[in-house]
Amino acid sequence: MTQINVRVDGASYTDDVEPRTLLVHYLREQLGKVGTVVGCDTSNCGACTVHLDGQAVKSCTVFAVQADGCQVTTIEGVATGEGESATLHPVQRAFHEMHGLQCGFCTPGMIMASIDLLKENPDPSDEEVREGIEGNLCRCTGYQNIVRAVRQAAAEMSGKAADDPQAEPAAVDTAAADHVAAQA
Amino acid sequence: MIPAPFAYARPSTIEEALQAIADGGEDVKVLAGGQSLIPVMRLRLAAPETLVDLTRVAELRGVREDGDMLVIGAMTTHADVLTDPLLAQYGQLIVQATETVADRQVRRRGTFGGALAHADPAGDLPAVALALDAEFVLAGPGGRRTVPAAEFFVDYLTTALEEGELLVEIRVPKLGEGWGVRYEKFNRVVQAWSIVAVAAAVRREGGRIAEARIGLTNMGPTPLRASATEAALVGVDVSLETVTAAAAQAAEGTSPSNDLNAQADYRQHLAQVLTRRAVAAAAGL
Ligand SMILES: Cc1cc2nc3c(=O)[nH]c(=O)nc-3n(C[C@H](O)[C@H](O)[C@H](O)COP(=O)(O)OP(=O)(O)OC[C@H]3O[C@@H](n4cnc5c(N)ncnc54)[C@H](O)[C@@H]3O)c2cc1C
Ligand code: FES
Ligand code: FES
Repeated sequence: MTQINVRVDGASYTDDVEPRTLLVHYLREQLGKVGTVVGCDTSNCGACTVHLDGQAVKSCTVFAVQADGCQVTTIEGVATGEGESATLHPVQRAFHEMHGLQCGFCTPGMIMASIDLLKENPDPSDEEVREGIEGNLCRCTGYQNIVRAVRQAAAEMSGKAADDPQAEPAAVDTAAADHVAAQA
Repeated sequence: MIPAPFAYARPSTIEEALQAIADGGEDVKVLAGGQSLIPVMRLRLAAPETLVDLTRVAELRGVREDGDMLVIGAMTTHADVLTDPLLAQYGQLIVQATETVADRQVRRRGTFGGALAHADPAGDLPAVALALDAEFVLAGPGGRRTVPAAEFFVDYLTTALEEGELLVEIRVPKLGEGWGVRYEKFNRVVQAWSIVAVAAAVRREGGRIAEARIGLTNMGPTPLRASATEAALVGVDVSLETVTAAAAQAAEGTSPSNDLNAQADYRQHLAQVLTRRAVAAAAGL
């Protein structure tokens, strides 16, 4: 066992961990921060993304001992305030409003990667959003509304209205396709 | 899965790291960014007795100038590479290849030295290092030695690094005035490894090509140079015809693998096409 001191979502923790404990397992199993999920065994899916000293990393590919002395922010720490009176982070709110999720499993990682992207590039194009979240896989949405959500959040965070004329959820996209309509 | 247990050492200097490696027992692994090693440990394909974590060895991280050379510390992360002002000026081939590596999160942890020491044939940086004739500075219990790129990549996932040794820094020539570069990568989806990729650096003198350096990714168990194409380009007029003719020889002497992504003959075809594109772009066509 090795002792580590970490700050996670604003609270300080001193814990003993085995060196082989992955950061994501420390967060979930020792701290109960189950908002961060594990989606793969190969470091591909990005569902486990957290910020380590302000930078997005895959917490399944970092050992908890390596976070010793560091600040970790998870999806549970990005809203301000507590419980009923909490205010969602603009990126969380945009994912909700733009239907940027279906099953929601990829969402914590998507949001953490998107927040990191917007810090570096506050006004990304669709293309730049797609590249910026290339480390996060979604099996449900087809990404369309995720891109819209990130752009909406970017507009809100920089204090201007979204310039994307399509800045509304693509709820009826598939209805337009003939073969889908025919099946309906 | 969770990796098998191991002893963990976190040195803060090269000296301490070498000592920790020496003291670590039979099966010691160095941990750089962990973006290749941790996945392999999670799958229990590796179960080292001791891990020596280099992430706090500050002297291994960063880029500096030494006359005509750039010196890149082994622990310089891919993300560092993308924002480094010296590399922006003199190391565009490295920057272009690094942009194609993995994704934002992986680039934050993964390192230049780790990618070279790992020596995956599909890795993007080995072919770049080979094309640039990089020099690898290794430190071991007996002191330091310098190995040229042509001798560093020995075989599939195998380098000239001996047991107990550490890759400290990589020296590459500055490419300034007159040089054009391009990294052309072919893969099916973002975040995926190269099926084939080509690193090209071309120096023009007026309307002619004076020198060409071409590295091939994933065309054999180690990175390779497209030597026949390089030779065919020297002294020719810069035109699409001359570049296309030279690129037709790009697959000479290669031995690519057959796998799920591509058959060997398709890889050889890709090598020619990507070499043409890379050289044409590097030559300003
Ligand atoms: C999802 C995903 C996608 C990826 N896509 C790509 C891609 O498209 N292209 C690409 O090139 N790479 C890709 N990678 C790999 C990435 O570039 C890794 O960062 C790199 O291969 C290994 O670097 P690392 O610093 O993480 O090394 P580690 O994983 O820490 O180490 C790798 C190996 O090198 C040894 N080693 C590391 N540093 C040293 C040193 N200084 N001295 C001696 N030995 C050392 C280690 O002991 C280990 O055996 C991908 C990785 C992931 C997870
Ligand atoms: S769980 Fe970390 S990348 Fe999939
Ligand atoms: S919403 Fe289901 S994986 Fe993205």
